[in-house]
Amino acid sequence: MLTAFAILVDGLVYAAYLFIVAIGLTLIFGVMKILNVAHGSFYTFGAYGAATAVGIYFDRGLPAAGGFLLMALFAMVLGLALGLILERGVMRLVYGRDEVVMVLVTYAAFLILEDIVILIWGPGSYATYQPLLAAGNTEVGELILSNYDLGLIVVAALLAMISFWALKFTRYGRLLTAVIFDRETAAAFGINVRLVYTVTFVIGAMLGALGGAIMAPKIAVTLGIGVEVIVLAFAVVAIGGMGSIEGALVGALIVGICRAAAVHLVPQIELFVIYGVMALVLLIRPYGLFVRAQPRKI
Amino acid sequence: MLDRGSTLGALGLSCLLVSLLGVAIEPARAQNAAPVKLGIVSFLTGPAAAPFGIPGRNGAEIMIEAMNAGKVPAPFNKAGFGGGKIEAKYIDETGSAANVVTEFRNLVQRDQVDAVVGYVSSGSCLAVTPVAEELKALTVLYDCGTPRIFEEKPRNYVFRVSPHATMDNVGAARYLLAKKPDITSYSGINQNYAWGQDSWRDFTGAMQVLAPKITVDKVLFPKLFAGEYGAEISTLLTSKSQVLHTSFYDGDLEAFLYQEQARALDKRMTIIATTGEAAIWRLRDKMPNGTIIGGRGPNGPLAPDSELNRWFQKIYSDRYNVPPTYPAYQMAMSLLGLKLAYEKAQKGEAKPTTDEVAAAFKGIEFEGPSGKVKLAIGNGHQGISETAYGTYRFNKEKNEPEIVDIVRFPAECVNPPAGINADDWIKEGMKGAKC
Repeated sequence: MLTAFAILVDGLVYAAYLFIVAIGLTLIFGVMKILNVAHGSFYTFGAYGAATAVGIYFDRGLPAAGGFLLMALFAMVLGLALGLILERGVMRLVYGRDEVVMVLVTYAAFLILEDIVILIWGPGSYATYQPLLAAGNTEVGELILSNYDLGLIVVAALLAMISFWALKFTRYGRLLTAVIFDRETAAAFGINVRLVYTVTFVIGAMLGALGGAIMAPKIAVTLGIGVEVIVLAFAVVAIGGMGSIEGALVGALIVGICRAAAVHLVPQIELFVIYGVMALVLLIRPYGLFVRAQPRKI
Repeated sequence: MLDRGSTLGALGLSCLLVSLLGVAIEPARAQNAAPVKLGIVSFLTGPAAAPFGIPGRNGAEIMIEAMNAGKVPAPFNKAGFGGGKIEAKYIDETGSAANVVTEFRNLVQRDQVDAVVGYVSSGSCLAVTPVAEELKALTVLYDCGTPRIFEEKPRNYVFRVSPHATMDNVGAARYLLAKKPDITSYSGINQNYAWGQDSWRDFTGAMQVLAPKITVDKVLFPKLFAGEYGAEISTLLTSKSQVLHTSFYDGDLEAFLYQEQARALDKRMTIIATTGEAAIWRLRDKMPNGTIIGGRGPNGPLAPDSELNRWFQKIYSDRYNVPPTYPAYQMAMSLLGLKLAYEKAQKGEAKPTTDEVAAAFKGIEFEGPSGKVKLAIGNGHQGISETAYGTYRFNKEKNEPEIVDIVRFPAECVNPPAGINADDWIKEGMKGAKC
């Protein structure tokens, strides 16, 4: 019973982390049809930004709650700036090109941004454990749960609800949905698709950076963290379906629970299980769980 | 009776003699002998840079400066290598195995270095070794731990002064049983690649020989650089083990320790961190008290007290504002071994050939900041030394880390003898171990 509970909680925590990272990626793909490899850089910048904020804030002995907020704000501002620079400076020059070209451009951006991280923060790693330890823990029988992890689940749930509400009940959300379904028809109806692209890319960047900021207290912030997370985010998005928010949520839950179960019960398959699930889903639903096959336009 | 003229003449002659004697005594500056070019390779960027690559690089930089100035204590006080100034080129080890090999070829074929000293990753060492043999390039592996380098086939041009990882895990098992003989079960969390797999294999193999009744509970192999260990920590919290073995290093070790402390895992089980010494100055009071710490040999706070060790600690700390950790020690020992071999092979001021240096290096024995080392296995190409383990404590009065309850194990106690590979030696009961 305790093991089942542990699998559930661990699965939700892992799913929360993946969802926060993957939602930005799937949003960008859904609207702009770009597989944005540079999303890993948004995550990295968010993490480093949070490390800087934590270093400034927590050393002054100020209340912990303010630190959490500062961390998230700092990262989102970085995401906003980075998203704008990348979209306005690079991406808009290659819209309409072949999809392979778009992927290569985002990959090149990723490599450049990795070096910019070294220029700004140096090659060393940063420890930002203060928010994690300040949050304390909760005992449930033999299991001790980190309150920070439980908070992560709440943040992801809130993000999912806000995203759902924004897409379904706001004007911008309906515009976005229209562009996701059919860009050309949306443009024909007078929607400023280029503006939608810019706003979507920037929101995606901010969400990626937020993911990095949230994870920073749990990890050693160092080069390469973006690479690790982007591979997982791709798997989640592939399972859920490119461009589907609810797909990202369900995909993250499936990956999270399966991985947690593997770690607890059959740790030998822990590495394989994520990609095994992805392969199984794609065998049955090649476009992911929540995306139907699209007719090809000639 | 001496007159004034002869007194002055005698005084002048004496001054001349004294100055000539002083010149003879003072270590000859590296002026006339040909320079010696070294390629120094370690992680300068990426996750392994901060704990391993950069301390290794810094160790090289400070040692080479001291060597060129003739300031290393005797018997290493001859300037440079045999009077020849050392010129170092620093290369980043980051990248795929193909990149690492390409950079190695560049050093040897394009830059014409006399020797390459480097490599943190066991993957890099395994990739570079056959290329070094092919190019007949003198190579000293300074940090990587895989025992396989000299077990797969004999080598002529590749050497490793630092003992390999088998010593770390046999030493860990011996220390654990010396300090906690009553444990009934242990678990492990190690990275899922060669280093983690080999570390766990050697540790469980040694435990099986030394205490067969102690059982293994949870065996976890998360992905290298996974970063998130929530499920693993939950699994361990539901375990009945009293001890947790880990060969985690760098960001993985730090992330794991932060996450487990948030959930008080270290209050339930003692952690053995076989590479923990490299992290103590970064983690400080965030390394749990009571953690069993290894340093890949007698390095850092585990090093034996000696003039060389004190000298090395001082010059390193003065330059970099932090004490040297084991990668810095390993680099220092590697350079000292290479210097000794070079000078042993040298005839006059002429530069010895690569084959002459390799012949002199084989089986070499010396004492450095980490104590005594002898290239006694791997056909005289692989070093063995004693090892040491201790228990971590953060000293709040001094506001600095300490390792206490240090136990030293002789080289022949924790290293396989010549002629048998490490895995077989452990499986066969560690025959011939002299403790």
